[in-house]
Amino acid sequence: MAERSRPFTRIAAPIRSLAQRFTFLGLIVASLALILLGKVDVAAVERARVEVTDAVAPILDALSRPLDAIDNAVVEARALLDLRQENARLRATNERLLQWQAAAHKLEAENRSLKGLLNFHAPAEMSYISARVIADAGGTYAHSLLLNAGTLDGTRKGQAVVTGDGLAGRVQEVGRRSARVLLVTDLNSRIPILIEPSRTRAVLAGSNSKRPRLVHLPLGAVVAEGDRIVTSGHAGAFPAGLPVGVVASVGEGGIEIQPFVDRARLEYVRILDFGLDGIIVRQRRDGAGGDIDRAAANRP
Amino acid sequence: MKRSFWQRLDALARQFSPVLLTLALVIVNILPTPLPDIARVAPVLPLMAIYHWSVYTPELMPTPAVFFIGLLFDILSGAPLGANAFIFLVVYGLVSSQRRFLIGKPFFIVWTGFAIVAAGAGAFAWVLTSTYHSHLLETEAFLVQGAISIGLFPVLDWSFQRWQRAFLREA
Repeated sequence: MAERSRPFTRIAAPIRSLAQRFTFLGLIVASLALILLGKVDVAAVERARVEVTDAVAPILDALSRPLDAIDNAVVEARALLDLRQENARLRATNERLLQWQAAAHKLEAENRSLKGLLNFHAPAEMSYISARVIADAGGTYAHSLLLNAGTLDGTRKGQAVVTGDGLAGRVQEVGRRSARVLLVTDLNSRIPILIEPSRTRAVLAGSNSKRPRLVHLPLGAVVAEGDRIVTSGHAGAFPAGLPVGVVASVGEGGIEIQPFVDRARLEYVRILDFGLDGIIVRQRRDGAGGDIDRAAANRP
Repeated sequence: MKRSFWQRLDALARQFSPVLLTLALVIVNILPTPLPDIARVAPVLPLMAIYHWSVYTPELMPTPAVFFIGLLFDILSGAPLGANAFIFLVVYGLVSSQRRFLIGKPFFIVWTGFAIVAAGAGAFAWVLTSTYHSHLLETEAFLVQGAISIGLFPVLDWSFQRWQRAFLREA
């Protein structure tokens, strides 16, 4: 057997190594071409990404569950340890919140009567989809998460993703079973916001670092550390008034915001369906776009 | 002697194990971790695997597999498509051509090799992301990521060595 194959290998080996070299170079060229192709934002590339993500989503979904369980156990254990302190703190908070509740009731009643006087049109009721974080795509390239809810659950591109703390990001890509969330800290994230105390408009721009920055601030705007930042609802991209973060530092390098949402503690999120089409919706040929177009047509 | 079906299946599974292990690391890499602040600077686990198998058994890590592992990692992690595929291919090409120098050397040398590779990969990622977004990114995350990757390499390398000795001896 070995005797017979020798002349064959003598001819085949150089051909094989040549073929291997060609494959290697071909694949290098292919990957470089893909990098360029991704930059020009081809719809087919996005569709391919979504399909692959969708296919892997069930695996991620299953694997991230036990991790959550471990995480929960750690949290539980820690909670047991400082139960007394927690209790005292909660009592104090409860007292304070009761005062706020009274204030809120009063303001709500006042607000309602004033709205009645003004014949004010309330914005559409928000509905939401709850989803679990199945992957936290780490790394330095992008700040994004994968959720286990897709078009089948009613998720659409551009919807806001929030937690109890505030805004986490927006839906960037959506497949049938999964969705990718672009976090507010990602370099591609731009969110129209209001600086709450002064009602100044600006745009919150992610920079792939821990803290996003404020850009397009009007001249002479007054910003102080600790100011709360909420979504402004401009451009129809997000509902107004979602808490985003607080001003962490005001300096030469710009105004940095500390987001309310802690990325490491994201486990369940809500995807808000606020009935606004925003700036992201384009006419699309596929089925997912059809719903949006129809929804837009139905709205007065 | 002709091998039975199960024997062939066993051999096949062993042969594919480096690729499958690397694929598993792609998945592990993107699972959510409760560790605060780690996601931003998560170590690139598949890079360690590619490096290891390029040094020790490049014949069990065919080039197309390297490419597709990189591509899958790009897709799942949200990186620019092709970025990690390119890095992994270059690492594979460089390392498998230098393996004669690396093989049989003390672990420290192999580790240093990985440190150079990780630094190069990090620098490329920084240049690529910065040009991609025409915006000079802060280098802090890249440096921390590189340091974590280099620090974690011995652990992974040791596990792979064990695997190799247990399952790939005759391969």
